[in-house]
Amino acid sequence: MLDSDVGKSDASRFRLGTLRIGTALAPKIFRGCLLDAARISRYAFVDSAQAAHSARHASPNMPEASATSSLTAVLGDVLKRQVAAVQDYTLLTVQAMRCMFSPPYYWLDTLEQMDIVGVGSLPIIIVAGLSIGGVLVLQTAAQFQRFGETALTGDAVSLALVRELGPAVTALLVSGRNASGMASELGSMVVTEQVDAMRALGTDPIRKLMMPRVIATVLMVPLLTVVFDFVGLCGGFLVAYSTLRLGAVQFWTRAINSLDIGDVVQGLTKPVVFGLIIATVGCYCGLRVRGGTQGVGRATTTAVVISSVCALVADFFLSRLLLYLFQ
Amino acid sequence: MTRDVPPLDSSRNVANTSRHEIQSVPGEALISLHDVHVGFEDREVLQGISFDVAHGETKVLLGETGTGKTLIMKLAAGLIQPDSGRVLVMGHDVSEMPEKELLHFRRSIGFVFQEGALFDSMTVSDNVSFRLREEAMDETEIEERVREALRFVEMEHALEKFPADLSGGMRRRVSIARALVDRPPVVLYDSPTAGLDPVTSQTIITLILRGRDLQDVTALLATHRVQDAFGLANFRFDKASGHVVALAGNGKSGLAQSLAEREEAADGGRERNPTQPTNVLVLRDGKIYFEAPADELLGTKDEYLKKFLASAE
Ligand SMILES: Nc1ncnc2c1ncn2[C@@H]1O[C@H](COP(=O)(O)OP(=O)(O)O)[C@@H](O)[C@H]1O
Ligand SMILES: [Mg+2]
Repeated sequence: MLDSDVGKSDASRFRLGTLRIGTALAPKIFRGCLLDAARISRYAFVDSAQAAHSARHASPNMPEASATSSLTAVLGDVLKRQVAAVQDYTLLTVQAMRCMFSPPYYWLDTLEQMDIVGVGSLPIIIVAGLSIGGVLVLQTAAQFQRFGETALTGDAVSLALVRELGPAVTALLVSGRNASGMASELGSMVVTEQVDAMRALGTDPIRKLMMPRVIATVLMVPLLTVVFDFVGLCGGFLVAYSTLRLGAVQFWTRAINSLDIGDVVQGLTKPVVFGLIIATVGCYCGLRVRGGTQGVGRATTTAVVISSVCALVADFFLSRLLLYLFQ
Repeated sequence: MTRDVPPLDSSRNVANTSRHEIQSVPGEALISLHDVHVGFEDREVLQGISFDVAHGETKVLLGETGTGKTLIMKLAAGLIQPDSGRVLVMGHDVSEMPEKELLHFRRSIGFVFQEGALFDSMTVSDNVSFRLREEAMDETEIEERVREALRFVEMEHALEKFPADLSGGMRRRVSIARALVDRPPVVLYDSPTAGLDPVTSQTIITLILRGRDLQDVTALLATHRVQDAFGLANFRFDKASGHVVALAGNGKSGLAQSLAEREEAADGGRERNPTQPTNVLVLRDGKIYFEAPADELLGTKDEYLKKFLASAE
């Protein structure tokens, strides 16, 4: 029953019921992953056609499993696919990073993407920044008034925005706008064979399509975050001025003085990482589209969900790390 | 079926073709597949495909939809890898080549995709010049080459249009121009007539004829239309007159006497090897069902092949 070549010798020793599932599964998952890894890395360029190539062998790799118990087979298959997807994503990202160190570069495409990601997102960033800055003051004002310390609103808004809300909200907005855009654009290109056409014309789609998007997003998200922080403070000031009668000098000096270098570093490091996550996840989802127009729709949704969630999770760990470094 | 087509500036072609190194002598196979298998989760689509395409030949790959024609084209361009078997193009094993080398290698292969696969964010001229720009060619030369390629497919008027504004046939022609602009020695036409009306299909076949007879390209043509095979077998592009001329009588009806006449017609200083008939491969259920010159297909007694011929009536 445990007839996979890897698991056989071990399996005869561990015939205990509880260990059985584990021993049956592990080698299969492991072997499957290794096979996939071998396939993917053999082609160096992890691209849609080759991903399809490795994916279409996902089940034939483990026919033994389906013959013995369907539950373990299904579980193993699901797990294996997830692991393979993460691995595939990592390889693609590494590949894209490697492209950065050798020509050709597509600066024009990068500039165009910077325009799309940066300038294109400005309106929503400004509106969102004003609202969130304003809301922050509205929500905290009552508390500060109770203690008669309304001047502290400047500190609160400034710290909350620069440390946390600026990077996080900007990332969520850019992810909703651009991760989806990248996934659907690249996905449509895959579906209509434009990506294959590009490869057929001797151009690496990772360099031509993915790199410009990654570079542009990594550069633009920090800038957008700075804009968001500033606009948020303006919104906060407007509300503080109109409801608390707080003076401009009082608000802005407190807002600026409350920040130290650690906050600024934190506020600018996070967006770089978020930008990287948004662009790579968006491109990955797009380049891996399968199944026509429907697949493009699915990829678009997945890109937004995964990139937002990953950005928020990364936010937690980055905050932890940066707080540790600067305190 | 004789059509007027502008003569191509052929003096440049020879020089340009030599940019690509062809590691093969004339008559030898430029594309060859050896026992190629490709399978998907549910079934094996290609079950041991082997064939050769000789230098200068235009081989027709005939099969119903879903028989794996596109897969074979993509295998030949190294866009996908076979599960087993070897794919040799110009003496290189593309099934073993890493993607980085393949990217470079593919510059000597022209690929016309089934639906054209034009970059829809770019104009026609940007589409056609894509490969030349990648090679950082001089702008004036790019301009000249793009015009020449578009003139070849009679699409010069559409330089600044976007693919979305073109009809299906026009898009297919631009796609051919894009594949031929760098004068690749090997061209893969994936169902270039699929979804087109008969007249437009004929225009496309004429273009392929011109590529074959004027530019000496080695080509593989996938199609589900048996007419395409006969179009290639029974006509040739006459360089002197700039017309497509029938090799025998008026097409299919005169096919009985075609072979003898063809040799006669071809004797008059043709650059194409007259003894090389258009070979047809018929794909069925993942295997090669039939392989012979187009004329033999016409006289077949086989029920399956007769069905194909009947569809052409
Ligand atoms: N990525 C893929 N995943 C699963 N099946 C595929 C894939 N690509 C092609 N196929 C299958 O391979 C068969 C051949 O496809 P294709 O080469 O496009 O046929 P043709 O071009 O002759 O119409 C089809 O039946 C299709 O179902
Ligand atoms: Mg096809």
